[in-house]
Amino acid sequence: MTPTMEKSSKANRSGAGLNGESGGASVMIDCKLDQVFYGDFLAVRDSEVQVQKGKITGFIGPSGCGKSTVLRSLNRMNDLIRGFRFEGHVHFQGKDVYSRNVDPVAVRRYIGMVFQQPNPFSMSIFDNVAFGLRLNRFKGDVVARVEQALRQAALWDEVKDKLKNSGLSLSGGQQQRLCIARAVATEPSVLLMDEPCSALDPIATRRIEELMIQLKRDYTIAIVTHNMQQAQRVADITAFFSVDISKGSRTGYLVESGPTKEVFESPREQLTKEYVSGQFS
Amino acid sequence: MSDSSIALAPPSPMSDARLERSPFEPRALKSLVLTTGVWVAAILAGIPLVSVLYMLIVRGGARLSTSLFVELPPAGFEMGGGFGNAIAGTVVMIGISALLSIPFGILSAVFLAELGPDSRLAQAARFATKTLTGMPSILTGVFAYAVVVLTTGTYSAPAGGLALAVLMVPTVVLTAESAIRSVPKITRDAAYGMGCTRSQVIWKVMLPTAMPGILTGVMLAVARAAGETAPLLFTALFSSYSPFSGGVPHLMQPTASLAVLIYNFSGMPFENQIELAWAASLVLVLLVLAINVLSRWVGQRRV
Repeated sequence: MTPTMEKSSKANRSGAGLNGESGGASVMIDCKLDQVFYGDFLAVRDSEVQVQKGKITGFIGPSGCGKSTVLRSLNRMNDLIRGFRFEGHVHFQGKDVYSRNVDPVAVRRYIGMVFQQPNPFSMSIFDNVAFGLRLNRFKGDVVARVEQALRQAALWDEVKDKLKNSGLSLSGGQQQRLCIARAVATEPSVLLMDEPCSALDPIATRRIEELMIQLKRDYTIAIVTHNMQQAQRVADITAFFSVDISKGSRTGYLVESGPTKEVFESPREQLTKEYVSGQFS
Repeated sequence: MSDSSIALAPPSPMSDARLERSPFEPRALKSLVLTTGVWVAAILAGIPLVSVLYMLIVRGGARLSTSLFVELPPAGFEMGGGFGNAIAGTVVMIGISALLSIPFGILSAVFLAELGPDSRLAQAARFATKTLTGMPSILTGVFAYAVVVLTTGTYSAPAGGLALAVLMVPTVVLTAESAIRSVPKITRDAAYGMGCTRSQVIWKVMLPTAMPGILTGVMLAVARAAGETAPLLFTALFSSYSPFSGGVPHLMQPTASLAVLIYNFSGMPFENQIELAWAASLVLVLLVLAINVLSRWVGQRRV
């Protein structure tokens, strides 16, 4: 498959109002990763994804396909990994995130992140949620904002009487919701979620999924998952990545993306069809 | 043969499984011998500790009274007296050494763990620190003698403090480094993901998370420094006067310390001084214990 073919298929699939670079009202992040390297290792190639405002974009694919790499490129978390470099661009609200005069720290304040392992800080529940507010010298009512964030994360009722307890004293699912509350407290424009449920049991997973659908009203979400059912349940748009092992290396690339229903029910590519029907994983 | 048939046979009420203890079986005997050995070793290891504590409490406790904490050390044939000046001197010098070594040690540890863990400077510093951990304490005294005593022209509390600080730094650096390193990577990611700058990650997340481990290292260092005599012999010497006589601190003069007082008095042929040395030993142990408890209390308040 040639890159040109891929591009045309993606352009067709992404639907109306997606004219890439111009950054129309509905596109929050427009990313085009031609090549992503960790040192000499080519991790991802030819991947072009748009994250649309107010929607959930799911990144699916087998392990090693670079979906996490793509996600972490969006808020420059990959900068922390030695040897990371890439060709292409990431535009957030029309601005180039990797432009020379952009501060990666500022990018991460607009594009929040929830990680695979719940990772609350070893401080009280309240301080965890207030962390970002204090970081940004929030001028308003911190207590009210913390309560609001915990309510948004559907955690308030469970913790309202023990806000002084350590965040680490909560169960895994509660910790992950605490991390979501911490991320939304500062009202970022986009929330990136890197397999947020893979360390959780089915009930906690269900709660997080319901939560994502609620959060969709206020936030734009991009989620990496290797659980196809999860993508079908929550994602409006799905991007399917695969891994190319032809050249003796493992390089991830975007196979196709489009509305979730179409990707799962009438995929364009044979590879997608095989993946979503469970023929490989 | 019989073993394998037991293993293969499905458990059923009909098979005669042997579940009783057989105390003279080789492996049972081996287990018994090893268990006994471990107990004996543990008790032997505990004897010195328990006997030292017992002697301290019995002999030092006999002389314990409030006058010990206020009066000055007695001369040759005098009776009574105390070592208020030595307690004050020890506290002052431990304070000086803590002020020097803790910030210095923690900042070095931050560099070693976070900023340049693989740099050449870090590797050299780590090697030097590990070497310094095993350095004879008298050498730090010689160092402080050369740096402070010779330049200022007098034995003093700051000179003693510096000698103890040099002794403390390696312990603080190494334990703080491993405490910072043991902060999970996901915690760091969370901090960066929240939009922290590198220094905010270190100050607001890494150091608070590592604080209990860092405090443990600081405590080990303080406890060691409080009991050291050799570094003080060349630097603070001893004095029969209080470092705070008249309510003003006189630090640039020879300063008494509990460790040196114990060293001096325990060798004297006078019963009174020997009793005071015992009491001073007990007070020193209690002082270290108090600092330990205090630092744990401070460290735990941060959730």
